[in-house]
Amino acid sequence: MIANLSYIILLIALACAIYAAVMAVLSVVQRRPDWLQSAHRAALLTWPLVSLTMAGLMYLIATNHFELDYVASVSNRAMPLYLKVTAVWAGQPGSLLFWGWLMASFSGVAMLRKWDRDQALMPWVVLVTMVTLAFFLGLTATYENPFARLWQTTGGETLTRLFQPAGTLPFIPADGQGLNPLLRHPGMVFHPPMLYIGFVSFVVPYAFAMAALATRQTDDAWIRTTRRWTLVGWLFLSLGLILGGRWAYDVLGWGGYWAWDPVENAAFMPWLTGTAFLHSVMLQERRGMLKKWNMSLIILTYALVIFGTFLTRSGVLSSVHAFAQSAIGPAFFAFIAITFVGSLLLLFRAWDTLTSDNHFDGLLSRDASFLLNNFLFMGITVIVFLGTVYPMVSELLTGTKITVGPPFYNRTTGPVFAALVLLMGVCPLLAWRRTSARRLGRVGAVPLVVAVVFVAVLFALGVRSAGAQVGLGISLFVAITTGLDFGQGILARVRMAASSQRQESVWQAIVTLIDRNRHRYGGYTIHLGVVLMAIGIIGTNFFQQQTQGQIKEGEQLVLGRYMVTYKGLQTTMPEADKEVTTATLSLYRGGQYLGDLHPSREYYLSSGEPVTIPGVRNSVEDDFYTILAGWDQDGATFKLYVNPLINWLWAGGVVFILGTLIAAWPRKAES
Amino acid sequence: MSTLKKVLLIALGALALLAAGRVARAQTDTPPGTPLSGAQAAPSADDVNRVARQMYCPVCENIPLDVCPTTACEKWRETIREKLAAGWTDQQIMDYFVAQYGERVLANPSGRGFNIFLWVIPPVALVGGAVFLWLFFRRAARPAAPLAMPQAPAEPPAPADEYIAELEKELEKRR
Repeated sequence: MIANLSYIILLIALACAIYAAVMAVLSVVQRRPDWLQSAHRAALLTWPLVSLTMAGLMYLIATNHFELDYVASVSNRAMPLYLKVTAVWAGQPGSLLFWGWLMASFSGVAMLRKWDRDQALMPWVVLVTMVTLAFFLGLTATYENPFARLWQTTGGETLTRLFQPAGTLPFIPADGQGLNPLLRHPGMVFHPPMLYIGFVSFVVPYAFAMAALATRQTDDAWIRTTRRWTLVGWLFLSLGLILGGRWAYDVLGWGGYWAWDPVENAAFMPWLTGTAFLHSVMLQERRGMLKKWNMSLIILTYALVIFGTFLTRSGVLSSVHAFAQSAIGPAFFAFIAITFVGSLLLLFRAWDTLTSDNHFDGLLSRDASFLLNNFLFMGITVIVFLGTVYPMVSELLTGTKITVGPPFYNRTTGPVFAALVLLMGVCPLLAWRRTSARRLGRVGAVPLVVAVVFVAVLFALGVRSAGAQVGLGISLFVAITTGLDFGQGILARVRMAASSQRQESVWQAIVTLIDRNRHRYGGYTIHLGVVLMAIGIIGTNFFQQQTQGQIKEGEQLVLGRYMVTYKGLQTTMPEADKEVTTATLSLYRGGQYLGDLHPSREYYLSSGEPVTIPGVRNSVEDDFYTILAGWDQDGATFKLYVNPLINWLWAGGVVFILGTLIAAWPRKAES
Repeated sequence: MSTLKKVLLIALGALALLAAGRVARAQTDTPPGTPLSGAQAAPSADDVNRVARQMYCPVCENIPLDVCPTTACEKWRETIREKLAAGWTDQQIMDYFVAQYGERVLANPSGRGFNIFLWVIPPVALVGGAVFLWLFFRRAARPAAPLAMPQAPAEPPAPADEYIAELEKELEKRR
């Protein structure tokens, strides 16, 4: 009953989205502003409708309606309510519906806030957002229907259909299969919604960009209007990526946080082009340059957002044949192709309106460094895209599937990332328009010398890896130049205050400085976060140590400066469905006892899948990370890792997000 | 002024090249702990993992063989152990698995055959992009403005030298 009702509401929402898109276009073609009002109302109506559908699905999962295939596949009776809520987006149909719900929400907010101010752009904004929404709702209404029921034929075969096929009886499983145990982690509860919020937020600036092209109002109004959308989208995408890394580190049990697997890359690519976009729009806002490029970047970002969803949802990753057999894959493929070509046609039609207001004055300028920044980000995007699609291309063209693993990405993107971080340090030294080499030499000499001395010290301390030396040297250089920029600003404020006889403490100066220039100092805070993350990445990439061994109770394993003693094994059943085997290891460094670690393996009886939970000791210098790999009568097998500087990565992530919040936080005077 | 410019140019260029070249090289270095000869002692779990880390089984998507918990992967690691005990080299073992299951078992695809494109496209794209950027910049630059120094840290070594040489020529012309 609820299922059928929800499905009917879904169909009405789909009809509303299509109606709104059609009426929006007709209102322009037929010059009927009243039709646009109608389109507006229909578009706004999609939000409550899709919300009701979502609520319906949530209710069905919460109340154990296992007669629905989707509910049976992602939930079971033993799951607590909060997990049942997250199960809504745990599978394909639910996550596509969730995508649609976010699209309806964000387009609603954009249309409510900007309707009167940007009336001329609105028909196109309605068109773009509603077509995107209709695509996702269409998929959930047809191929990926979360409300489809289970039916059993007389032969005992189970079918998934919305309506009862002839000669079948309703089939209601006694219990569901439950959520994939790997997904029962707080990181996984938040990670997918974060990524999806990030994905869908980028649709709004794209919609305004297309509106600007269609109406030929290609000044930077669309950029200003959607600046916060871009920043917020980027914030959530960053947050999703960082949380995903943390989840992998905490749950997947391989001692790492980023595997360059296609699903990660799918989210990383729009982040890369989005980051390039965030930088290059500054050049357009400030100097009226790179207009065509910015349009291209937002088109590319939108395409990559859809492509990212496509990659993770179409089955194309497992094999080209699975892709060809699924209906959803080709649908995605067609949608990406149509929107991409359509966007490019719009871009070419308005090409003549996108001429630059200014010239570049010199290579040695902040303007040029933004260009270089975009070049490097695009370089990484191209490489990641290549590595991600190459297995499919290879399978398609040669019939052999290959694996493109981390070594490829590290080797090819590593130097580009290093160059990018270096650029981040050089940029604050450069003035807009042009800087003389003499000035650059003057301001850059001290950080450069300090960084070089630092590298020499590293060498003297026995760090022999050239990659680590260069990477850490660059990181220090960037930290100094960025810190100097902060310092100069603070000093200037304190001096100003002193000359006007006001009292201002250094802390006040810092707060007001950041508050008055949120974009600038938010940006620099993000850069400092990146430096911290870079240090963590260098530490784990170049200095990770690992070993594995099987030991009996009372025996020891040694790794680096650390030693562990195996104390014993214990098996408990904290939940009816869950068996947990926990090992106790005593950790020593240099003969000194540091504490006990408890790596464990969780085993969900219903799904039969194990989850490896590491036992970790954190410190500023490194993590000692232990995994219980197996056990039998001869003892237990442990994998031990020393992950140097990894906590700098997580701390950097926090600083990074903080910086983004500073840059994106609304000012009181605005709105 | 111009001398300083040159010095700075060379210093920055060299630093960038160093970064690019060294990072790349450092990452291809042999990992520490590579034994001198695997045939002597019984292979340890670390020896097995050294090989397994560079492989994926065809079933477990995106999970390296050294950490994959499935029974199938357990068997593969056992095979690696046997081969190591029999005195096979890491490369021989990997070749054996490639012959059995195809190239997809390797984490790091070889540069042979069709896969050559995978390794050729990134540097070509970067150099091509740099050239495009340079041309764009020359066109978009104010005609009267003299050209300053290049900054292209992402360049691979060989073409960057030509690039700098070309720039030097350009600088001479405008003086």
